[in-house]
Amino acid sequence: MRRPRGRRTCSKEPSTHAEAREIVFDFLEGYNLWEAFWTTVQLTVLSAVGSLIWGTLLAAMRVGPVPLMRGFGTAYVNIVRNIPLTVIILFASLGLNQTLGISLGANTFETINFRLAVLGFVAYTSAFVCEALRSGINTVPVGQAEAARAIGLNFTQVLTLIVLPQAFRSVVGPLANVLIALTKNTTVAAAIGVGEAALLMKEMIENEAQLLLIAAVFAVGFMCLTLPTGLILGWVSKKVAVKR
Amino acid sequence: MTEVSVTKDAVPMAGDLVVLKNVNKHFGALHVLQDIDLTIARGEVVVVIGPSGSGKSTLCRAINRLETIESGSISIDGKPLPEEGKELARLRADVGMVFQSFNLFAHKTVLENVTLGQLKVRKADKKAAEEKARALLDRVGVTAQADKYPAQLSGGQQQRVAIARALAMDPKVMLFDEPTSALDPEMINEVLEVMQQLARDGMTMVVVTHEMGFARSAANRVVFMADGRIVEEAVPDQFFSNPRSDRAKDFLSKILHH
Repeated sequence: MRRPRGRRTCSKEPSTHAEAREIVFDFLEGYNLWEAFWTTVQLTVLSAVGSLIWGTLLAAMRVGPVPLMRGFGTAYVNIVRNIPLTVIILFASLGLNQTLGISLGANTFETINFRLAVLGFVAYTSAFVCEALRSGINTVPVGQAEAARAIGLNFTQVLTLIVLPQAFRSVVGPLANVLIALTKNTTVAAAIGVGEAALLMKEMIENEAQLLLIAAVFAVGFMCLTLPTGLILGWVSKKVAVKR
Repeated sequence: MTEVSVTKDAVPMAGDLVVLKNVNKHFGALHVLQDIDLTIARGEVVVVIGPSGSGKSTLCRAINRLETIESGSISIDGKPLPEEGKELARLRADVGMVFQSFNLFAHKTVLENVTLGQLKVRKADKKAAEEKARALLDRVGVTAQADKYPAQLSGGQQQRVAIARALAMDPKVMLFDEPTSALDPEMINEVLEVMQQLARDGMTMVVVTHEMGFARSAANRVVFMADGRIVEEAVPDQFFSNPRSDRAKDFLSKILHH
């Protein structure tokens, strides 16, 4: 569907560039790129929030005084981070949903699989968040926790008021890596039919001829999401660094 | 704040605030605390001195259970030191601790450092906590730095803030673990002066230090440790002018004449 000729004559000189652009990007017509990338963004944001919370809890377990929790945290991280993400996502759909009938309160195919995908991403990414955070906890000098205990704070308070705030500040960079990886990992959700960017790409590749261009469009699309993430969090990382 | 809560606790056994009985601890093969018996009376200032590795820091840290002990008993104000959990946290709130490396909370301002314990442990009202914090900061002479972060302060200022942070909890006893050892020479006095003032105000203090001048002028009693044992206990004058043990004579001869 080309633009009507009349509109182009409005500009003073007819642009050959515009003409060329229309022909080259013809293959995009009829596909909703925005919607697909919007789904990618939603998957990313929800999974990021979820894995930040669950990852922090896992890290707290791993540094905590209760042996059972330490064991659970260690086992969880070592099992989950060594399973391919595709397996986890497929298991979420085939295992949790189709075999066990878990639908996470949704009733349409799309919402069920969207939520299962988020669950899978949270389960997987939190293992990496936990480990990043644990390395951050190791950068906090022992004296900080000792001083906190010495004024009578309990374990939870020492962790949430003194250790974790400093740990988070020192791992903004590594967490940015995890977030970028997560953004790109959401493409795996295509495997269970979640309508995000990669699923659309697959569809376009099947129907259109400009394979290189399609790949380029999606590559650029993802870079538009991840490059700012890296730059902004890099700046934040410097901004919040704890001076010692 | 100048009034230390000496009278309100009606403990029958009048004087003794901190009692260590037959305390033992190993670091691997090193027997770092050997049969330590030590009693500290209310309002007393006890200075612990001795060569490096003699166990004096470990002793100091054991009193609020930053170091666990293997045998023996430690009690504070008549109550034995709890193992873990809430009870222990409550006890630690009553025992002020000042560290060699200051350990101010690096992500919090000076004022926040001093109010944190009041707010989270004593559940004090925010306004009251800040007022008290400012009064304490004034007392240790760092009012002007209240809104700065610890890294922006000199070592001496940081240590004085650390003292204010401990005082904010209204502790029954203050433990000082080599409070001036990490300081530049010209900053040592400003910290010692604050400690002198505390001692004059009647605070019960256990001070591990290498500052013999402070020991002479502020201590009620000097405890000399070597190789994990308390070798000698005496009033400062007697200890410095006329030490009884050979180990103490040897130690003093090495540090006093040069």
